[in-house]
Amino acid sequence: MNTLPRAADLGLIGCHVCGQVCKDATNAGLPDGDTLACPRCGSALHRRKPDSYSRTWALLIAAFILYIPANLLPIMRTASLNDIDDNTIISGVVELWVKGSPDLAVIVFTASIVVPMLKFFSLGMLLLSSRAGSDWARPQRAKLYRLVEFIGYWSMLDVFVVALLTALVRFSLLSRVEPLPGVIFFGLTVVLTMFASMSFDPRMIWDGRNSND
Amino acid sequence: MDTGAADALLICEHCDTVYRRRILVRGEVARCARCAAELERHQSLSVNAMLALVLTAMIVFVQANMWPIVTLGLNGQFSATTLWGMIITMWQQQAQVVSVLAAFTLFFFPMTKMLVLGWLLWFARRGRRAPGFVRLMVGLHHLGPWTMSEVFVLGALVAIVKAHNYFDVVADPGIYAYAALTVLITIFAGVDLRQLWVLTRDGQA
Repeated sequence: MNTLPRAADLGLIGCHVCGQVCKDATNAGLPDGDTLACPRCGSALHRRKPDSYSRTWALLIAAFILYIPANLLPIMRTASLNDIDDNTIISGVVELWVKGSPDLAVIVFTASIVVPMLKFFSLGMLLLSSRAGSDWARPQRAKLYRLVEFIGYWSMLDVFVVALLTALVRFSLLSRVEPLPGVIFFGLTVVLTMFASMSFDPRMIWDGRNSND
Repeated sequence: MDTGAADALLICEHCDTVYRRRILVRGEVARCARCAAELERHQSLSVNAMLALVLTAMIVFVQANMWPIVTLGLNGQFSATTLWGMIITMWQQQAQVVSVLAAFTLFFFPMTKMLVLGWLLWFARRGRRAPGFVRLMVGLHHLGPWTMSEVFVLGALVAIVKAHNYFDVVADPGIYAYAALTVLITIFAGVDLRQLWVLTRDGQA
């Protein structure tokens, strides 16, 4: 149905690093194991990102495993003279909603809960549907991927909040804030999901069975 | 070095569709007809303007890192921190992972990005490629989304609101410097650095 030419069909490869349009000489007697390099920037050229499925799955699953303790374990301890209070991600959001400002609570909730969840579901769904060569809602899936890629790093918000509060609230016995292991798991989750979305190749969304046959 | 034919084409990174390149006028954005991803946008900033922005960002960055960000007060005691104060505290509090993450995404990567950009643009003003051009351009690409100063600004805002319930909060110059930095980053977000490949030629190096 689509007459727009694709690079892979024309024997071209777009360099992922510098954007240069290169001739795909993979079949032109290149010794085995040698990868094609971009003539302009020298980066390796790939028609599709190498091992995109397995790498993305591996990173996504690793991220999900770390996301469990990130949510269950407290991320921050607030200690004062007569009171010790451990906060998880979600209790921090609730506290902000009740005591501070609901608008910021919504932002933190989005960054810490909605965005990571969205990433797990979206990337998982994209991986499954691309693998199946499905042509269902392709423009929407492409858009979803770009959204995930764009908002991914904002999840680091809560990590910076804990770090800053830890450095600021140092009133010896009166009041202290300490980071707890949850925040480390959460930071690692964000990093891994960022790597996962980077290793997914959105071109696979459009590589349906029909285009290969 | 560039073959004319290759420059005339453009490949959508998101779906692999090939296009003939068209000159864009001010404000125009070329979108992929298949997947609607942005292909190219008109670059309204000259190399000089970009260099000016980067130099401004460097100055603001130094201030953002030197000056304290926020001061808290409790019964006449005061406590303030800078970015590095925060990084060091996290290290001492057994959260070394967070400390290293913050050090790289808020200090080393942004600093590297600005220094490299300044270096490349300084030479690009005369249409020349700086020594190490190719390697630095590739490096910049890989730095990608790993600079998070703008996330930190929002984080500081959230921290201030949270602390406000228990402490007297005074915003220090550092937070204003960070706010200015965020504005500069936003202006720069529309800049496609790949244009430097076309704007510069191998003079020397």
